[in-house]
Amino acid sequence: MTTHHDTSWAPETEPAAPAPITPADVADAARLVSFGLQAKLLPARDAEYAELVRRHREDPPFARLADAVATGMGLVVLEVSPRAGMAVAAAEDSLFAVRMGDYSRRAASESTDRFLHGLAHLAVAAMAFPRPEDLADDGYLGRITVNGIDSFVRQACRRLEEQAAADGDNTDPQSDAPGLEAAWRVWARRTATGATKDARRLSGSTIGIVAKAVLFLVDSGFLQKVSDDAGGTYRTTARYQLQVRDLAGTAAMAELLDLGVVPVSDGTASLLPPDTGDDLVADAGLPFHSL
Amino acid sequence: MTVIADQPTEPGPRPPAGSAVAAARPAPGPAADEGLARRLKALACTAPLHDLDNRKVMLAGEYGGYAMAEVGLAAIDLVTLAMDFDTGADRDTVLARLQPRVAAQAPGRPTTEHQRVGRWVLDSLINVGSVDRGFRAVYGTFDAEGAYVRRDYDFKLIEEVPGPDGGVYLRTTDEAVNVLVGALDTDVTSAQIAAEVKLEVLIRRGRLADAQLAAEQARYRTVQYAETLRRALEATRRNVRAVDWMRAIPDLIDEALDHIADRYRHENAILTNIRKARDEAEEPEHKRRAAELVDIVKDCIRRHTQLQTRLLEAGPLFRAEQDRQAFAAPGARSGIDLYGQLLAPVLRLPIEQAVRPTGAFFARGTGLRTPVSVRVADLVDLLLTPPVEREHLGAELPDPDLVATPDDSRFTEEQLEAALVLLDLPPDAPRRLSGLLAEARDQDADLPYLVALLAVHAASPPVGTAYRQGEERLLFAVDDGTPLHDREFGGADLIVGSALLDAVGMAADRKDAG
Repeated sequence: MTTHHDTSWAPETEPAAPAPITPADVADAARLVSFGLQAKLLPARDAEYAELVRRHREDPPFARLADAVATGMGLVVLEVSPRAGMAVAAAEDSLFAVRMGDYSRRAASESTDRFLHGLAHLAVAAMAFPRPEDLADDGYLGRITVNGIDSFVRQACRRLEEQAAADGDNTDPQSDAPGLEAAWRVWARRTATGATKDARRLSGSTIGIVAKAVLFLVDSGFLQKVSDDAGGTYRTTARYQLQVRDLAGTAAMAELLDLGVVPVSDGTASLLPPDTGDDLVADAGLPFHSL
Repeated sequence: MTVIADQPTEPGPRPPAGSAVAAARPAPGPAADEGLARRLKALACTAPLHDLDNRKVMLAGEYGGYAMAEVGLAAIDLVTLAMDFDTGADRDTVLARLQPRVAAQAPGRPTTEHQRVGRWVLDSLINVGSVDRGFRAVYGTFDAEGAYVRRDYDFKLIEEVPGPDGGVYLRTTDEAVNVLVGALDTDVTSAQIAAEVKLEVLIRRGRLADAQLAAEQARYRTVQYAETLRRALEATRRNVRAVDWMRAIPDLIDEALDHIADRYRHENAILTNIRKARDEAEEPEHKRRAAELVDIVKDCIRRHTQLQTRLLEAGPLFRAEQDRQAFAAPGARSGIDLYGQLLAPVLRLPIEQAVRPTGAFFARGTGLRTPVSVRVADLVDLLLTPPVEREHLGAELPDPDLVATPDDSRFTEEQLEAALVLLDLPPDAPRRLSGLLAEARDQDADLPYLVALLAVHAASPPVGTAYRQGEERLLFAVDDGTPLHDREFGGADLIVGSALLDAVGMAADRKDAG
């Protein structure tokens, strides 16, 4: 597997006297990769890490060596920079990859739960980077809340429900073909939250599912907790932006294209398509726009 | 959740008339079929209530005496009324208010059983056992080709929502309100006006029982109205850019405020009317009903005021959000539109396909985990380490050093005893303070001071305390204007006496008041 770092540096014009690679160099390269595996560690907090990141940027042969070590271990190097450190992601089928079955036992057997957990992660990303520019802008810090994500998805579901109702479609799934049920209905009919005996979050509820996703992302060094407001408020890290932009987004998009869905974007945000016309909330009594 | 099948469909691709399929079709048309589906769904919404009574035999214990459906309806009622603009109803409050009804159904049973019944009914209406915490009913329709299709209808009666404090609150769904009052899925505004006009007429005619019913219905509508508005406001809060800030929203808020002002005037008029009815009513039953009506209408007014506050707050909130978002610098490059290109299309897919993109996003978007590897040597150490003993009791409390406080009382216990004996007057023979002082002075030079103190204290007897504690007699002192001639004390020569209190009557009063 190659990354842009392999090709970004200029070809060596001076073939004379390339410094021989010593075992110490390999050890340093591997050390840098091991720093990269500690996702919560930042170069700003560790002098040795900062020094290795600097060397990676200034010493192309060392950079190639570190990238090769990472690739050999089944890692994809997303970026090596002072802000993100050595941002590495697990390659497909890598030893480091997270599997849905390990993530949630229920999701291993239930396809609806598998979908809900995946959608929760997608929704976290969509809320963290609501506009295409946000995902592209390296300086952007997203801010999300657990409850906010749930209501955001519910709102999107409600919108689809209203659309279906307006089109006169019966979205109640056929009893003998549950796989044909529209995806939004699965989220909409799952309870948002629920009382439990031990005052913890109900793990099967959508808020519980979002909270699990968010906590997992905190452990991955992708989110940082800000406060306990609204079920937990978090902000994104540079690594999360890289991961979503360079890997997850494109992977999911490829699957969608494979399914024959071709979402077209002109580069502007479509999260909030303007409501024109007379699409008022039915029975609201007030002419508020349905969103 | 709205009932989707309510929408009339275009006849569209129907089989040509006279074909075998169309002839075999029992329903005269898609409209009739949909009407049937709508009624089936309405029927399904009542099923959980019937189910309560069917399932009570399965409870361990003797629960036959409880009318579970009644408790269930009462619970939906309580949740609906307790629903606030921001949060839902508090679970414990609902259970506590449900308690009297449950207890009345089986007065001989222990309180713990009553509580258990309340909890069971509420949990059943939430359907705690299911992962969705909702209900599912199956109904059949004919599709466009005339084939019979069974469909799943998912609904909730009481749903649990997160509160601002992190707690879990209850809200009734539209379906539940429909089950409760029936036919509420009409235009809220017109329904409310109709209810109010009806209420006014009923009050004028003095038919308070009917008026109360109408007022309660009006309140349900008010709640439902606030609920829909809350949803709309919540949505607009999240979504500033979707809103036409130049014209639409300011107009809408103005319109809404006019609307509330109008309603407010109307309800105040009703309130005046009922108050008059309440005050002029001769019959206690009428009086009581009128008083209840006053409360209900007051509650309606309170809810309108709350709604109005929210509307007034909406403007500044939009402006603040607008500023925040307008001044964010646009990015140079363009990335993926996660919502428009991923999330929204995924939600439209059937579930069996939607799993693929979400699965791909999960696999690539969750980060990495370093696998744990254990050395056998470490494992042995780890397993052989004795567990750390937990400190259950916490740190030991030091014995406090107690210092005996010196007894600096002005009077001794014996003196108090003597003074109380002196003041233990028969209820029919009050005495002058001067006489008491003289008698006290005979016994002890210091005693008159104590007697005078107690007498002055009795000038303002603690009636409230005596009433609450159910005491039988109370010392009192009255100043009739006679000056006190004494070598040590000055002031009024008080008349000191004992008053007998009606302890039994007071106890009964207390019970009534409580």
